[in-house]
Amino acid sequence: MAPAPLSTHSAITLHINGEKYTLPVDHRTTLLDALRERLDLTGTKKGCDQGQCGACTVLVDGRRTVSCLQLAVAAEGREITTVEGVAEGDELHPVQQAFLDLDGFQCGYCTPGQICSALGVLEEHAAGWPSAVTDDVRPEAGPPPLTPEEIRERMSGNLCRCGAYVSIVRAVAAAAESADAAAQDSHSHDSHDTKEQVA
Amino acid sequence: MREFGYQKVLDVPDAVAALGADPDARFLGGGTNLVDLMKSGVERPARLVDVRDLPLDRIEPTPGGGLRIGATVTNSDLAAHPDVRRRYPALAQAVLAGASGQLRNMATVGGNLLQRTRCGYFTDVTKACNKRNPGSGCPAVEGEHRNAALFGASRHCVAVHPSDMGVALAAFDAVVHYETADGPGGTPREGELALDAFYLPVGDTPHLETALPPGALITGVTLPPAPVAAHSRYRKVRERASYAFAIGSLTAALDVEDGIVRDARLAFGAVASRPWRARAAERALIGGPADGDAYAAAADAELAAAETLRDNAYKVPLMRNLVVAQLTELEQEARR
Repeated sequence: MAPAPLSTHSAITLHINGEKYTLPVDHRTTLLDALRERLDLTGTKKGCDQGQCGACTVLVDGRRTVSCLQLAVAAEGREITTVEGVAEGDELHPVQQAFLDLDGFQCGYCTPGQICSALGVLEEHAAGWPSAVTDDVRPEAGPPPLTPEEIRERMSGNLCRCGAYVSIVRAVAAAAESADAAAQDSHSHDSHDTKEQVA
Repeated sequence: MREFGYQKVLDVPDAVAALGADPDARFLGGGTNLVDLMKSGVERPARLVDVRDLPLDRIEPTPGGGLRIGATVTNSDLAAHPDVRRRYPALAQAVLAGASGQLRNMATVGGNLLQRTRCGYFTDVTKACNKRNPGSGCPAVEGEHRNAALFGASRHCVAVHPSDMGVALAAFDAVVHYETADGPGGTPREGELALDAFYLPVGDTPHLETALPPGALITGVTLPPAPVAAHSRYRKVRERASYAFAIGSLTAALDVEDGIVRDARLAFGAVASRPWRARAAERALIGGPADGDAYAAAADAELAAAETLRDNAYKVPLMRNLVVAQLTELEQEARR
């Protein structure tokens, strides 16, 4: 096969928060820069730009990802959710509400990344994934309870220079409880599809 | 960053054909290391061949109780897999001890094996580094080397391999599978390398890191059956509680019967340019008593070969303590 043509740009289509965006990109463009500089989706923040701070966290195919190390061209065809796509219209997601209710931020710069990361944490925990602080990782041991220690470990990829960690841990724990309650509620009245259960 | 061409491939023959033997081309997996190195100018590829969507994302049992792990399996999926957690718990723990949840969702098994050292001289293009720029020198020998290697280093390079996953793979005799386009008439050819043979000695060529042929694509890793691996743990020491590279780590597996060590596996992390299988320690342990004195003697048997620099000698007692503490814990768990 002949070597690939050395075009350094491509026209790509990104699927973001349920919308399609077609744009030409220099291959060097990260997903983070495409979101902020090209698509006016500035909720996602640039902190370190080298994968260490988590401010740029988004969900790619449902999994939390640092968008600063994700090339935009390689994200084509994937379902991307940014903080702008987390709420249902004017109704905040329970994770967002918990950050507000429990002061899970001070300056707010890391918060979009914290919220997207927390969404990932709740999904990963619900799927039974262990963490580095889970004492027994064998599947027979069952899923670990989402203790503050587990939350701190699972959220360790998101730095907060204001040091709002104590409140962030409380907010993630509260969001997990409300998700559990919603799941229980939905389980006990599974024929009644109310709006609360969607949360 | 240098401009580059980009191409996504969907099967392995296309992948190895697309890369060819072009020294300016790189496979792109999760990108967590490569994209970062491209930003800092350490890596300057002219072409990327995106292998993330290759059909190599499965973990399958092999006859006899082993596992075959595809090269594009993410760290997250590896650590979450029930068979990994049941048969090789130290592997799940090692993966979970590395990086952050976001990076584990992106990073792949193949890329993990090929990740580069985090030695500060390697990652800073304004500094000399024999690994990045052969012949330019190794400032770490006299400079900042608190995290430098204890084993197998040379005056040309004292950097350590940063992988946690690799430390568990080394303990469990992993075999790396690859494919190249260098068969007859440019056809695909499959090959394999035991992890022991996968990483090259440092010597005076620290820029040559693996025995993979040029243009080879890692397609997966096989873990042979190892009953002792079911009784294994990974323990990592770092300068933060989470999300930091190791300054010393250990995969240990122990099988004790009637107070005698029947089988043991030990591998050290952050002490060499590769995950370091501690075979001298294993030989000292197996067949002997399962007690603290024997564990310390086994650690000393390995660490006798350690060569320290001005500021990294602390790693010797650190590794000794890790071995004794971890084997003691495994022995106590086995008695429960």
